[in-house]
Amino acid sequence: MSFWETFYKNKLALTGSGIVLLLFLVSLFAPWVAPYDPGQIDLKNVLLAPSMNHLFGTDQLGRDVLSRMIWGARISLKVGFVATGVAIIIGTLLGAVAGYYGGWIDAVIMRFVDIMLCFPTFFLILAVIAFLEPSIWNIMIIIGLTGWMGVTRLVRADFISLRERDFVQAARVIGAGDLRIIFGHILPNAMASILVAATLGIAGAILTESALSFLGIGVQPPTPSWGNILTAGKDNIDIAWWLSLYPGLAILITVVGYNLLGEGIRDSLDPRLKK
Amino acid sequence: MIPLLLGITVICFFVMRLAPGSPVDLETQMNPKSSVEMKERLKTLYELDKPIHQQYWSWLKKLSHGNLGISFASDHRPVTAKIMERIPITILLEFLSLLIIIAIAIPIGVLSAVHQDSLFDKMTGVFVFIGFAIPTFWLALLLMIFFGIHLGWLPISGLRSLNYEYLTAWGQFVDLARHLVLPVFISAFGGLAGLSRYMRANMLEVIRQDYIMTARAKGLSERDVIYKHALRNALLPAITILGLSIPGLIGGSVIFETVFAIPGMGQLFYMAVMARDYPTVMGVLLIGAILTLVGNLIADVSYAVADPRIRIS
Repeated sequence: MSFWETFYKNKLALTGSGIVLLLFLVSLFAPWVAPYDPGQIDLKNVLLAPSMNHLFGTDQLGRDVLSRMIWGARISLKVGFVATGVAIIIGTLLGAVAGYYGGWIDAVIMRFVDIMLCFPTFFLILAVIAFLEPSIWNIMIIIGLTGWMGVTRLVRADFISLRERDFVQAARVIGAGDLRIIFGHILPNAMASILVAATLGIAGAILTESALSFLGIGVQPPTPSWGNILTAGKDNIDIAWWLSLYPGLAILITVVGYNLLGEGIRDSLDPRLKK
Repeated sequence: MIPLLLGITVICFFVMRLAPGSPVDLETQMNPKSSVEMKERLKTLYELDKPIHQQYWSWLKKLSHGNLGISFASDHRPVTAKIMERIPITILLEFLSLLIIIAIAIPIGVLSAVHQDSLFDKMTGVFVFIGFAIPTFWLALLLMIFFGIHLGWLPISGLRSLNYEYLTAWGQFVDLARHLVLPVFISAFGGLAGLSRYMRANMLEVIRQDYIMTARAKGLSERDVIYKHALRNALLPAITILGLSIPGLIGGSVIFETVFAIPGMGQLFYMAVMARDYPTVMGVLLIGAILTLVGNLIADVSYAVADPRIRIS
């Protein structure tokens, strides 16, 4: 069965891609989908419970929560992709070099991975971000810089198992250089596991960003993000449950969506990896 | 061990030197009486006027004596003392969460493997999937709203009630326990999904082995086969997974200690990060990494103790 045939038969994977697609559309069309301006302060309508006018209620400055969440979807999409992109690029390069060359290069790189894995990731991210000012670009890059180790191990394992295969030997015999063998011959064969790691990585990055923004060290207000709406939820925890409920639900559904998609891709690309 | 430790200190040090503003500015900007000389004096005091490798070397030398420097916070106390008074709370919380993770995740994993594809298996499958995806701080908020505010059963902040001093010893214990319920549950929740899924996979793997067939063939009851022969072998690798979950638990302490206002290491870290208290941030980062290293070491050792095959090879 081809990739698409298997993928289409997988209902969970289809649900996942549906969720992800919906998020893309909402982010893309945020200015048209959002019922209100997400920054529109209305001090006469502060902390209104959900109603027909404001489906998800209003926050402590009278801003429409649904509109802020729709714009927040853009942020989490951006963070997810950029952070994961950084992690995948670093992880793939280091893993490829370590797996292909082996020897002391491999030893040095893998030692570095071991050292990085000793740090509770959240501690490391928090420390770096606080010292670099919490702008959205810093957050994205730092989440990526602290999240590449798993990818390195994965890619390295793939390279080690592939580097002695016949097609690589053949490429070597016809005189292909190391770069060409790494990027032209071995890497395409490792793409499947990288793609799966990337999809699951996006979910992780979105979770991390929301936790950082919740702590006030991530995306800074007034820019809306799901995490910083939840901060307002905590500040008004005894009077405004809607500020706590809906943004968290959005994070949960998004992360479930990417996880389902990732597992769906894995099962369809390589049935042997199926759990 | 030693190269790992050195690597950890280098990364800690590098991270701290990324900072654009210096702590001297932070202390002098707010003070109209500060002069240029005072700035210089502070710079010398914090050794910020020396080249970076000397700063690292002198930091490392002090470190070897357990001296993490003086906090930049207004209390100007030694960082080691600040961390030491908070570590027991964090370790107590992590330890309780580990116990809960073990007590819940292992039975779930084993039962769902033994009854593969049953309703129970499917339901725990859904639970695990949600467990992987749920933001723990959000779950904390929901539980605070439900148990703390809506039902009013549990306190939602701190470790002690205001009248703690006046309670009997038993009353103090109950008070502390009530304060711990939500934070420990939240801290354990993240690890539950991972370990139960892992136990299930392990158990499924073990049940297919030849020696299980042998056990069945010689007429042992299904109970004995599962709980004596299979379980022991499936439990072993779980030790490693527990070791691997330690950095996550410690990292998570920042979130739930901040949410529940618990005076542990995570909260100290959060406050230090917000105040740009370099020595404290560096100290907690370092201690966090060392705790992880120790946790993994304990996991490795107990694995070797539990499994004779490891010792031989």
